[in-house]
Amino acid sequence: MRHRIERGLLFVWPVLSLAIILVVIAALISLGPTLLQRVATEALIRLIVVIGLYVFIGNSGIISLGHVSFMAIGAYSSALMTIPPQMKKFVLDLPPFMTVLLLPAIPAAFIAAMVATLFAILIGIPLMRLSGIAASMGTFAFLAIVYVVISNWKAVTGGQSALIGLPVYTNIWVALIYAMFALILAFAYQHSRYGVRLRASRENEVAALATGINVRRERLIAFVVSAFIVSFGGVLHAHFIGVLSSSSFYLDVTFITLAMLVIGGMNSLAGAVIGTIVVSSLGELLRLMEVGVDLGTLHLAAPRGLREVGLSFLMLLILLFRPQGLTSGKEFFLPSRMTRRFLAGNTTSSTSCARSRSHRR
Amino acid sequence: MTFILQNIIDALSLGSLYALIALGIGLIFGIMRLMNFAHGELMMLGAYALFFTVGQPQAVMALIAIMFVVAIAIIMERVAFRPLRGANPATLLIASFALAYFIQHLVLLIFGARPKSVNFFFELSEFFVVGGLRIPKLQVATIVLTVLLLVGLVLFFRRSSIGMQMRAAAEDFEMARLVGVRANTVIAIAFSLSGALAAVVSLLYVIQTGTLSPGMGISLVLVAFVATVIGGMGSLVGAAVGGMIVGVLTVALQAVLPIELRPYRDAAVFALLIGFLLVRPQGLLKGRAAKERV
Repeated sequence: MRHRIERGLLFVWPVLSLAIILVVIAALISLGPTLLQRVATEALIRLIVVIGLYVFIGNSGIISLGHVSFMAIGAYSSALMTIPPQMKKFVLDLPPFMTVLLLPAIPAAFIAAMVATLFAILIGIPLMRLSGIAASMGTFAFLAIVYVVISNWKAVTGGQSALIGLPVYTNIWVALIYAMFALILAFAYQHSRYGVRLRASRENEVAALATGINVRRERLIAFVVSAFIVSFGGVLHAHFIGVLSSSSFYLDVTFITLAMLVIGGMNSLAGAVIGTIVVSSLGELLRLMEVGVDLGTLHLAAPRGLREVGLSFLMLLILLFRPQGLTSGKEFFLPSRMTRRFLAGNTTSSTSCARSRSHRR
Repeated sequence: MTFILQNIIDALSLGSLYALIALGIGLIFGIMRLMNFAHGELMMLGAYALFFTVGQPQAVMALIAIMFVVAIAIIMERVAFRPLRGANPATLLIASFALAYFIQHLVLLIFGARPKSVNFFFELSEFFVVGGLRIPKLQVATIVLTVLLLVGLVLFFRRSSIGMQMRAAAEDFEMARLVGVRANTVIAIAFSLSGALAAVVSLLYVIQTGTLSPGMGISLVLVAFVATVIGGMGSLVGAAVGGMIVGVLTVALQAVLPIELRPYRDAAVFALLIGFLLVRPQGLLKGRAAKERV
């Protein structure tokens, strides 16, 4: 019995440790000023998107530049189900049943995620037929399609003008709960047979094909799971700001989320979390520098745009000098001394031992 | 009849422009497996070079812009991409994305976001009038220039020693190095050529629109990326053909779509292209780079 608990702990430690880090940070910040809480909430929303990105990019090794479109689809779908009907009648031109539709927050969030997932299946089938880099270009084209449609479809999305009237319910705790959900789902996927097969194809596609792995199918599964997770990021974003505009779902978010994943290390879940924490903190620091400080009559401020320049420079440095990211693509494991003690005297532990070693690579 | 002819000329000139961009990207991709996002920023920098040399004779402006962009392209290779040589294509893609973002926001930081206007070769926006047809001189110039550049490139790749070395490197980089092709030289020349092509595109773009802004490169690059995928990745002829197809398709949709659907033109172009990839995932011409070698 003791062994079972210990082995269980050993197994879930990589995700448990990340969850503990996030809960501790969120709890500390929730005691702080409101502005800091908003920054942390935004960071947690980004984290959901980055975890979603990791599920596809980290496990398949293919860069997706299009996942932000699932964020957009999730956000707008949820908006259409939660904006009060009288307001919808006023700003949009929807079919009658959509106009009167009003759902509570959580069902709307899950239905919105389902809509995004459906899109992921439809677009994933052709895109996953492409080889790695061509698939990246295809996802980029998809991002552009969704952006163009959302910016112009006045009847449904409000077009160029922002869509207003969304109920605002995302706070730091709501974001934290969804982030936990994303973390657990990503971890479960990573340890499922699908995740293992896909990572095999990431390491060596030809060898994976030769051992009978249907690489296209595994990629599609990861694509769909990751789109599901990412769409929740969009939903939470929508109900955090309360206003939607198409420009908030294009290249800037694509860049920042990708930067978070790359800086943290795109081959591990720990990388996704650490990258988001580091980039969010640094981004906030640079933003504060842009706001500047008053020294008597003197106002010192860094030029605007410093945040983007700083972050892209950091990303380049990481790629040049530490291409596996801050975490080197490793998960957090218990210190090896503890691991050994847990496993000592347990003769049936060879499988779990082999398993943990293979993840350490 | 006039309507059709007018559209055909529009299509050819837009296709030429896209073909030039796709060629600049395909050239680098063939040798390094690098999908260069920063190609768009090269075009943007070319336009800024024009903006800051206003007042000089126009030929001098053009020459300075081309030399400046080529220099930036070479520096880019030396500083950002040489240390990453041999990294997998995904890493290279992200690196070029980060570099593009860096350059774009640096320009934004220094010169501001407001679009600027330049008067450059304004006389080219006049028309030839043939029958009922009004042909902008610029379109003719674009098509002629593209044809000349294509012929020049073909001659360069077929006849010159360095051109042949570049083809060899695109075929199999390791093998080419083993038989004495100098990697650094070949890649530096590929980047200079790509930079020169980017500069030519930015000249044509500025003549046509008269404006420039930090974000102008990225949308052009997006189209060209799709063009290279359509053409077959790693094939230069494919890139040119792909660019032409995307240009023709864009103009055709513009002409055919009812007015309320026109804003969706670009979405429709991309959607058709993704649809095309369902039928032919390897692109029109199968490039050597399409599949990893074992």
